[in-house]
Amino acid sequence: MKIMLNNREEEFSIETLSVNQLLALRKLSFKMRIIKINGRLIPREKYESTFIKEGDNVQVIYLMSGG
Amino acid sequence: MNIFRIRDHLSRFRVGIAGAGGLGSNCAASLARSGIGTIVIADFDILEPGNLYRQYYFTCQLEMFKATALKETIARINPDTLVIAHTVQLNPENIQMIYSGCDVIVEALDEVEMKDMLAETIQEKMPGIPLIMGSGLAGWGNIESLRCRKIDDTLYVCGDETTETTPDNPALAPRVSIVANMQADMVVGILMNKK
Repeated sequence: MKIMLNNREEEFSIETLSVNQLLALRKLSFKMRIIKINGRLIPREKYESTFIKEGDNVQVIYLMSGG
Repeated sequence: MNIFRIRDHLSRFRVGIAGAGGLGSNCAASLARSGIGTIVIADFDILEPGNLYRQYYFTCQLEMFKATALKETIARINPDTLVIAHTVQLNPENIQMIYSGCDVIVEALDEVEMKDMLAETIQEKMPGIPLIMGSGLAGWGNIESLRCRKIDDTLYVCGDETTETTPDNPALAPRVSIVANMQADMVVGILMNKK
């Protein structure tokens, strides 16, 4: 499947991925982040049960301490 | 558009700021100077000497609540900006009440868990309200890595999204206030496009 990941097209050999699988595959290891799929923010507790499909627009925003 | 018409337009809006530290205090000062009508600030901290290294406060305000001190400072900058100061810790139950009626909300919190909680709560309880987050402002230099990224109509991120504040890489006034002012500029841009 092809998805948009942070405004770049990315291709995966499987047809669907959970959010956790995507994070592991792309080694997105920062511990705090916000993930939006098609504009919808995914709560942390739903990373395992939320699936990414062909054509989805996935945005990963890294949160850094400091304010 | 001349400055008077810009300020007149901005005076019709209400901006929420979550946190009154380095980001929140500097952002609030710029927004007040720009003529924003109402600023809602929430912060439960008390001003300590170390805060003066990078936050928009004065020695005579030590030991005051930051939210109260910022309200006092803004009254000196622009008495036409109404400031509503809440000396409370934000949580999923009080965010909607505190920021009700805000046209834009600025995330100016220190801890990542709080930043995440605010973003989730606003999406759930105040959908459609733009949130302008700050992420990555520690240290000095690499100013070209600071950016404002529009994720979509309701989420913007200012900062380098890379550096976190630690005891060995603290936040310093120049970079923090640059990011705070990027957030303020984003607020102005959103509101100038709003009828």
